Amino acid sequence: MISTDILRNEECVAFALRGLYRSYGYLQYRMSKFEEYDLYVRNKSYLPAEHIITFPGSDGKLMALKPDVTLSIVRTTKDQPVGVRKVYYHENVYRSSGENRSIREMMQVGLECIGNVDDYCVREVLSLAEQSLAAVSPDSVLDVSHLGILSEVLLRAGILPEDRSELLGYIAEKNPHDLTAFCEKKGLSEEKAGWLRQMILCEGKPGEVLPRLQALFPDSAWGETVAAFGKVLSGLPQERLRIDFSVINDMSYYNGILFRGFVAGVPNSILSGGQYDLLMQRMGKQSRAIGFAVYLDQLEQMETGEKGYDFDVLILYGEKTDPAEVEAAVRKYTAKGQRVLASVSLPEQQTWGRLVRLEGEKK
Amino acid sequence: MKQFLNIALPKGRLGEKVYAMFEAAGYECPSIRENNRKLIFENEKVGVRYFWVKPSDVAIYVERGAADIGVAGKDILLEYSPDVYELLDLHTGICRMAVAAPVGYRDDPSKTLRVATKFSHIAQSYYASIGREIDLIHLNGSIEIAPILGLSDVIVDIVETGTTLRENHLEVRETVVPISARLIANKTGYKFKNEAIRALVRSMEKQVCEREKT
Repeated sequence: MISTDILRNEECVAFALRGLYRSYGYLQYRMSKFEEYDLYVRNKSYLPAEHIITFPGSDGKLMALKPDVTLSIVRTTKDQPVGVRKVYYHENVYRSSGENRSIREMMQVGLECIGNVDDYCVREVLSLAEQSLAAVSPDSVLDVSHLGILSEVLLRAGILPEDRSELLGYIAEKNPHDLTAFCEKKGLSEEKAGWLRQMILCEGKPGEVLPRLQALFPDSAWGETVAAFGKVLSGLPQERLRIDFSVINDMSYYNGILFRGFVAGVPNSILSGGQYDLLMQRMGKQSRAIGFAVYLDQLEQMETGEKGYDFDVLILYGEKTDPAEVEAAVRKYTAKGQRVLASVSLPEQQTWGRLVRLEGEKK
Repeated sequence: MKQFLNIALPKGRLGEKVYAMFEAAGYECPSIRENNRKLIFENEKVGVRYFWVKPSDVAIYVERGAADIGVAGKDILLEYSPDVYELLDLHTGICRMAVAAPVGYRDDPSKTLRVATKFSHIAQSYYASIGREIDLIHLNGSIEIAPILGLSDVIVDIVETGTTLRENHLEVRETVVPISARLIANKTGYKFKNEAIRALVRSMEKQVCEREKT
């Protein structure tokens, strides 16, 4: 039995999440650290990383340290016309991050549900995302967006395909001033600009946001779309759930539900996921798919309430101290579950809770 | 009780101006007006902590969660694309990002344009949008002297009144993008201090509207 005291916070979370996903029938997916570079070139805009580490393989093919897990799973998954394939993973990915774009190894735990994904599967994945956040911290928020709703509003406002990216950028930034300026520049009516602004303003608990969304357009088709969104969200713990259309991802890969998770004390999102039927289509598959990843490397930043020293007990012994006496003293404290360092001198730049001196003579 | 907010302010005139807006929104911190070299000021009573930071660093403090909110110029947001929410245009610190060249400069479109700037990303995006090939020269200051010394053909820089340009015999050729100060928020901070931040945005929005009317 491994004591959770010796595991880092992110390792404890990883074990808890693996147990959670297994309990819902997800099987572990193991993969190589490498993939052919070609896989990433063909889907470059799907990847959050700009820089990929490449090297020549033994057969001359260009290989890459994988920057993403989902693409590898999709590539090896056969179409599933009936039922779904549920897998989870616990893998490292290699991505550039930060201003200097240095490449980092990042630990991820996540899951994918691929096949005939129905409403239950979507609810289950959302529920597991919410439970994953709760396993990390009781102070968590799951932001949920719906690309179908967002696309419909853009369509009704008459946004041209070439203007979509700029406009979605303003919605992602929650930037109503530049969105309004954009609408004026494009000659959109105040009514249409108002619909688009609602995609920023409609944020918060589903119970408050859904009626405001419903009221945006009077027709029944819109009403059914919003009601279907509400149905997926119902039953999930509403206090940790928020509708937020600033959660946006590439619409050429993603569709339907998108979500992102935050926990107090970590400045960026630690969980990201959504439906990616369009990625499946681009890779020649008919199946639908939904999944998410938890970025465990982000959890290093959380306050874990660990003791503020390196060892509970420092046993300081002399050159003439009997080794058996030192060993007995070490065992005495380790048996109580304490961290012990036995040393002949005070260690530099390290801290301890209690100092025990053994200065007996060697027998 | 109000939630405790950490606010990054840009050092200098703009910071002092926007502090007055935060103060009017109920986040006063009288010690900030004391004449000393302190950089962090706190008012426990209203639940606020202010930091004075270099204007170009505000977005970093906010993106990384050291500050929940802050005030940054649109130039910095466009140049570094920090992962933050941009909640409000404060309609202050107004200027523009512009292309300037020596008075009487004649552009030869058949040649690669040499562009000196502190804002490499903005300059690259601008010239890519108009399909012009450029040789980008990144400088950290005194950009205006680059075309005078023949280092570049033009510069891309912030222009407020145009006095510096005129004194160096330069003139604005194109406006790249208008610039003003923006209220930005950390994404996680926005989730967990949502009510406080939204109330603050509403109050500051009202102040901006009233100022625009006068």
